[in-house]
Amino acid sequence: MTTTGPAAGFTIPDPPSDAAMGACVHCGLCLPHCPTFRELRVETASPRGRLHLMRALGEGRVEATDTFVEHMSLCLDCRACEAACPTGVKYGYLMEATRAEIQARRPRTGFAKVLGWLVFKQLFPYPERLALFAGFLRAYQRTGLQQLVRATGLLKRLPGKLDEAEALLPRISSRFFEPKGSVPPRGALRKRVAFFAGCIMRVAFAETNRATVRVLSRAGCQVDMPEEQICCGALHIHSGEREQAKDFARKNIAAFEQSDAEWVVVNAAGCGAALKEYGELLEHDPVWAERAQAFSARVRDFSEAMAALPQEGAPPALNAKVVYQDACHLLHAQRVHQQPRDVLTSIVGVNLVEMRDGDRCCGSAGIYNLTEPEMAERLGANKVENVDQTGADVVVSANPGCLIQLRAGLEKRGSKTKAVHLADFLDAASRD
Amino acid sequence: MASGPASAEGGARTALPARIISQLREILGPDGVLTRYEDLLVYEYDAYMDRALPEAVIRPTTGQQLAAVVQLAVRERLAITARGGASGLSGGTIPVRGGLVVDLNSMHRILKVDPDNGLALVQPGLINLDLTTAVTPLGLYYAPDPSSQKTSTIGGNIAENSGGPHCLSHGMTTNHIVGLELVTRDGLLCTLGGPAPDAPGYDLVGLAVGSEGTFGVVTQAWVRLLIAPPVTVTFLAAYETIEAAGAAVSALVAAGVVPGALELMDEPSIQALEAAFHVGYPPGAGAILLVDVEGLPEAVEEQEVLVRRICEETPGSMVVQYAGTQAERDKLWAARKGALAACGRVAPNYYLCDGTVPRSKLADVLGTVRQLGIRYGVNVMTVAHIGDGNLHPIIAFDALEEGIIPRVEAAHDELVEACVEAGGTITGEHGVGLEKRKYMPLIFTPHDLEKMALVRDAFNSTGLFNPGKVLPDPGAETAKVAIPIGIGAAIGPDTWV
Repeated sequence: MTTTGPAAGFTIPDPPSDAAMGACVHCGLCLPHCPTFRELRVETASPRGRLHLMRALGEGRVEATDTFVEHMSLCLDCRACEAACPTGVKYGYLMEATRAEIQARRPRTGFAKVLGWLVFKQLFPYPERLALFAGFLRAYQRTGLQQLVRATGLLKRLPGKLDEAEALLPRISSRFFEPKGSVPPRGALRKRVAFFAGCIMRVAFAETNRATVRVLSRAGCQVDMPEEQICCGALHIHSGEREQAKDFARKNIAAFEQSDAEWVVVNAAGCGAALKEYGELLEHDPVWAERAQAFSARVRDFSEAMAALPQEGAPPALNAKVVYQDACHLLHAQRVHQQPRDVLTSIVGVNLVEMRDGDRCCGSAGIYNLTEPEMAERLGANKVENVDQTGADVVVSANPGCLIQLRAGLEKRGSKTKAVHLADFLDAASRD
Repeated sequence: MASGPASAEGGARTALPARIISQLREILGPDGVLTRYEDLLVYEYDAYMDRALPEAVIRPTTGQQLAAVVQLAVRERLAITARGGASGLSGGTIPVRGGLVVDLNSMHRILKVDPDNGLALVQPGLINLDLTTAVTPLGLYYAPDPSSQKTSTIGGNIAENSGGPHCLSHGMTTNHIVGLELVTRDGLLCTLGGPAPDAPGYDLVGLAVGSEGTFGVVTQAWVRLLIAPPVTVTFLAAYETIEAAGAAVSALVAAGVVPGALELMDEPSIQALEAAFHVGYPPGAGAILLVDVEGLPEAVEEQEVLVRRICEETPGSMVVQYAGTQAERDKLWAARKGALAACGRVAPNYYLCDGTVPRSKLADVLGTVRQLGIRYGVNVMTVAHIGDGNLHPIIAFDALEEGIIPRVEAAHDELVEACVEAGGTITGEHGVGLEKRKYMPLIFTPHDLEKMALVRDAFNSTGLFNPGKVLPDPGAETAKVAIPIGIGAAIGPDTWV
């Protein structure tokens, strides 16, 4: 056997290197960490199996057949395997490149094509269109139309999985969040930060964004909010739309270069992971590579920022039994584990408990609960059961997808536990 | 490279007749049989280098299903290769003759725990560590702890008679299996041993453990559970030379100390580790020993004093560090288990040797290992379960260097021969599998091997269970050392050496 050339079978502009592809030594230590392997216990649903198939695609031993795509689609991209891998295989990056390769080889057709075009090309690149669309959704939710549509079963007759998508629709915020200008620190200036507002966060978690800014300001931060920032591109990367994501990355880098704040703070785990990996996304772009790296180095999750800014004055207080739910893209992709726990335990009155299998994905995973509803449902049910067993009053997380998934699951289970973003929790506990 | 009948590059499809597939589906249900090429591809490997495609993968959930499949396979003359975590390093689960791969991961339940008698009945697909995790609340544990225990299964451990750092004091897997149920050549479930103490008749359990899947497929096992030691202390002892460390090991053994674990790292591995992990090892150390002492508080206290004194008084001793807390213990052990990951600092490829030598010959053989490295112009770093005499010299190299592969092969051959010459043997814990069949004649005469074949055939006269493994098979020899495509920087910190 000889070493082959660079992942030769890949046709995308920046194929993964042969070294990155070949790094897996098949030791199998990833398997027990993979949520889909644990559920199905079959090698095709394991990281090692998927990596082997990716490599086979690169070598031309397998085509991007329906079966191949099926195995890749079942991956949550939660990257628990990557955190567990002793050899340091960059699984997330390889999976994203493979999804891009799938898009290149067999573009979407029919309804999926229209939906993809609408979402990826028409909606996310334009914050104002996204806001307009969210506005329609808000009207749909508030006017009683939603109940009517659901009662008639109309959605079931439309193409695709619109009914499932509709069921998971987050409640749209009453007033959207518009990043603009600067918020001064409460008291003396301790740190200058720039806030990344996201897109789902702006329209469905606007209050959480406002809470984030308030908490940062209370902690002595001047919070800049560059107006030109747009979607982070995480969903695009996960769906194989890498070129679109690169475009977003360039726009965001330029936008945040306007602020000389030390940190770019982000309160959504998925966005944070994407922003921290802009350096990798643009590594082959001669103009942007260095700027992307400099940008990524500034990015901090909200919990990282707060843990690094110890409370001055009266500590926040809130009596509650709390369980923290690790978002995969914080725990595995960003390796942020301790900071949110430190932030929570710094609150007077908080009794922080851990749940069983806390490191396992809740099944939300971007748009996974739309594309793989069955597995998402299984994982979501496991997660809320584990949350419920702790008897916590509140489950705190730091990602919109997790919160939507947890809320839906807890409601279905009839649990009294509330799912709350870390920023909202901290804001509620703060004493001015 | 090895190849089965269905092993062809690019787009090969299963050669299994539809009639057989539908019979398999009748036994196992639609999800229990995999035949699509994309599904078979991920069953062509384990953690060794060769590859071969099965013709179908079956996923039984009960012993009865498996027995029915074996009856069918015998009728149709299909090879049967069982597979658990597929983390083996000697190619034991690679289906070199195609046929059926039996994926046992769906048989992963603990069927019974009997804490009063220290026993459990488990299915073969149970992950080793999951057993200990499940019985920890009862104050019990399962002693054999291969470093792959997070992912390797009890069934695979039985097949390979796996070891691990703590097998020094408690013995290998074979000492912890009291009963087995397996499907043999006639497709019937056969019981060997059992939970009652001292089963009469032949010790067939002992025979089956380590038979690498060539006797049949294990469907359940009675395993021993031990009471968790209340106290464990860990020492790190650094020496100026590897000979001095070897002398310390001999002195410990002579004093009657049997530590829970006794591990060694040589100078090249210490240096690589230090570069990779900044562990803070004593500068200039020629070798490091890692010692666990475990047991009841009084006994540990007494041994602790003795071990410390012996380690310190051995000539060439530099420093003895003592881990007082669990966190410090974990740190010392994490460093030891990171030894192989650190070899990625030295070179992009490696070839891992797994030989054993009598403890009295350790210093000699370690000297030979060093000379071999110099003679063949390859980096060799050695980590070892020194208490067992189980050495893992790792040849670090760059596969792209011209003419390197024959040198690596020759160095490896000589390493194995050196172990045998010293009165040791060709494998400590990784099994013979495909990799080491060619070395079997180094330690066994043709007559010995013939007797082994006769015993195997008593269970497996059809030759369908894991063909091509363990015993030399001139018709099915594979390439001597295959270098995996683009094999990565290193195997990692938790990997099983």
